[in-house]
Amino acid sequence: MARYVLKRLMHTVLVLWAAYTLAFILLTALPGNAISNLINNPQNQLTPEDGKLLKAFYGLDHPVVVQYVRALDALLHGNLGYSLSSGVKVSDLLGDALPGTLRLTALGFVLGAVIAAGVGVGGSYARWNWLRTLLRSFPALAASVPSFVIGILILYYFSFQLHLIPAVDDGTFLALVGPAVTLGVMISAPLSQVFSASIAATRRQPFVHVLHARGAGERYIFGRGVLRNSSLPVLTMLGLAVGELIAGSVVTEAVFARNGIGQITLNAVNTQDLPVVQGVVLVATAGYVLVNLVVDVVHPLIDPRIRADILAARSKRTKRSTGSTPTGPGVDEAMSPRLPEEVAAR
Amino acid sequence: MSSDVTPRVARDITAPSGPVLAVEDLSVGYQAGRGTKTAVEHISFELEPGQVLALVGESGSGKSTIGHAILGLLPTNGRLLGGSVRYRGRTISDLSGGRLRGLRGRAISLIPQDPTVSLDPVRRVGPQVEDVLRLHTSLDTEARRQRVHELFELVGFDDVERRYRQFPHELSGGMRQRVLIAAAVAVEPDVIVADEPTSGLDATVQAQVLDLIDDLRRRGGTSVVLITHDLGVAADRSDLVGVLRDGRLAELAPTAAFVQNPQDEYSRHLLDNVPARLSFVTDRSGGTPSGDPEPAVEVRNLSKRYEGHTAVDDISFTVGRGRTFSIVGESGSGKSTTARVLTGLTQATAGRVSLLGTEVGTLNTKAFRPLRRDVQIVFQNPYASFDPRFDVLSVVEEPLRSFQPAGSARRRRQENRDRVVAALEAASLPASFLHRHPRELSGGQRQRVAIARALVLEPKVVVLDEPISALDVSVQAQILELLVKLQSELGLTYVFISHDLAVVRAISVRVAVMRRGRIVEQGEIAQVFESPASPYTAQLLGAMAGRQLAGR
Repeated sequence: MARYVLKRLMHTVLVLWAAYTLAFILLTALPGNAISNLINNPQNQLTPEDGKLLKAFYGLDHPVVVQYVRALDALLHGNLGYSLSSGVKVSDLLGDALPGTLRLTALGFVLGAVIAAGVGVGGSYARWNWLRTLLRSFPALAASVPSFVIGILILYYFSFQLHLIPAVDDGTFLALVGPAVTLGVMISAPLSQVFSASIAATRRQPFVHVLHARGAGERYIFGRGVLRNSSLPVLTMLGLAVGELIAGSVVTEAVFARNGIGQITLNAVNTQDLPVVQGVVLVATAGYVLVNLVVDVVHPLIDPRIRADILAARSKRTKRSTGSTPTGPGVDEAMSPRLPEEVAAR
Repeated sequence: MSSDVTPRVARDITAPSGPVLAVEDLSVGYQAGRGTKTAVEHISFELEPGQVLALVGESGSGKSTIGHAILGLLPTNGRLLGGSVRYRGRTISDLSGGRLRGLRGRAISLIPQDPTVSLDPVRRVGPQVEDVLRLHTSLDTEARRQRVHELFELVGFDDVERRYRQFPHELSGGMRQRVLIAAAVAVEPDVIVADEPTSGLDATVQAQVLDLIDDLRRRGGTSVVLITHDLGVAADRSDLVGVLRDGRLAELAPTAAFVQNPQDEYSRHLLDNVPARLSFVTDRSGGTPSGDPEPAVEVRNLSKRYEGHTAVDDISFTVGRGRTFSIVGESGSGKSTTARVLTGLTQATAGRVSLLGTEVGTLNTKAFRPLRRDVQIVFQNPYASFDPRFDVLSVVEEPLRSFQPAGSARRRRQENRDRVVAALEAASLPASFLHRHPRELSGGQRQRVAIARALVLEPKVVVLDEPISALDVSVQAQILELLVKLQSELGLTYVFISHDLAVVRAISVRVAVMRRGRIVEQGEIAQVFESPASPYTAQLLGAMAGRQLAGR
């Protein structure tokens, strides 16, 4: 198990490096950056010497490969470089914005999970047919309404009409609710979709039928069997939803005029401030990859079969290296039985 | 395995107090579109304490529906159309959900059909058995655990603590069925509905599981409704037999009387088609007047190793041209791997395989290709080997086309069509089937299409890998008959692979018994079956269901 986690961790580092490099290549391939824009802007009236000085200061006079190696070297020493437009350290810039965004995305994530759980369970088990139908149509609705529309609707009704929540970020928790709900609704769509489908599929499993035959009621069966089995695909989806969450936070922060990574990204892209964009890419990737690392580690804890696969993969590897062949009943017992005829006939 | 043949009609019961289960005029329907399709009609029977009633019938006869109706567990589109189910004189078929739940698992329990999917894959098996105790008793955690340990000992597990903590995927099919049986008997129910409890299991495991159910029944005086497609199992294991046909009880009789003298014509038809009672081999001596024919298939010291284990281990056999050679064995014995090597689907690791005089064991798929005209294979489940978008014409024509130059399809359309029709006719299917889709066909018809596809290239050797084990009894007999007819007409050589000794005896002259990749014994059918040299063969023969039916 420790080896599995270690392997996943190495993957994580690899992905981070790949994302950073790819972003670097794409961004340098684009024409222009904040400095060349500055130099080439006739209003600034910079002499060619000034321009050279500026470029040299930011290290932009070197070949791209050298720039890349330097940036990577600096990165390994914890230095993300300086913003081309303001000259502030990128790490400071991100460090100031990150807590706000983290609070927002974390709350959005939790709300999304809660909404998805409610919709999934309610849509499958609610006593009234109309309620089940209503809840089942939620994912399609939530997925097809863009998040900025939800954000604006929340602003309009809850801030401007009812004055329940502040329209701008005043640092209170209440101000967080609007954007968090917007994000939550957005990511709850795919989550509840997958959860509902997964519950339905699990309830059709023969082992659920067997539980009914043992006299168990729906509540018992859900708690002991269905929940765990149907949460596996949702877990995978949770990891993917983090990506949407990060992308969604850019839009949401813009709609609710909040300071955060979203705002920084928006400004950096507009001014072609490459080091800042690089920094944002790195932070976003790190968040995404870390959550998926957690998902990968939790998966085998829920499903013993994945645990068995991990162990089998390892024993196979050691066997290959020692060249021994397994004998005895183990091989025999691992054989799956013949397909039952009734099933095969179908 | 005892050899008693006396019917065991409630002989262990001291104080009979009327039937424990009574089904009266039961009719069940399924909603299909607007209308309701009747699945079973006017079913009536009574079950005394300790009795075993076998419900037999072919697929679609409604036998499982009756089992579900007894438990009140019809699918959501199923509905009771009439009649009643009474448990100890009390009508339970109209009880509300909650009341019925109290009876399920406690008074009437289920041993499900397929042990591989009937346990929750992510929970340990011990707690899954505990569910029954949690639901129906007031035992505390420690007492429940203790009881599960007892139950696991009862179903024949040693090292019960380890089993308690294992997950389903760590257990074999037979062991999972034992876990399910432990759960079914946990609170000593009066009636057990066993729905095809052994249909996915190997013969020896099947015998063990049925012995276990028998033993538990005898101990606790439990009654069993045994739902099975296997008349052999029914004849060996029941006091009463109910034969179902198209949702009606064609016959309900004490087992001994049923076996000896079936009253209903359909029952007779079923009994006559049981593999144990079939024989297609006229010449048991094995040799023709002109001596042994030249070999069509020659296998010498064949081995096939996969990473980490040996599937086939140093086997040798010879099949004479125009003969049927059978390979029997349980799952994992290497018989299907042998079939794959023979048909060039996988390469041998060591040894020689010669087909019609050509050495093929080490040929790769591409080099084997020219030989495919001469060697064809028919699989157990034809449906899985058909492209679902193809009609019958395309399915059967495909091998022809693959040997014709690309672009000549248009020119050859009529010629190919004629050859397909000829192949279908050989497989006893009318030309009107050409444009049907496999999903519209029954299991037997699909297998005929698979046979037609194998025949269309006019091969000399056909490898048949469990060709009839997914089919109903009477269809099995028809397909066997067809195979025998084709062999005599076309001079085909068969390598017939099966887990079913009775089928093998019916169709072949020579047989090899495989176990763990080795041939433990081979020889003439009569010799192997009458005086097996290997203890394993003897064990297989002992586990064979339906000995009550054989030799009549």
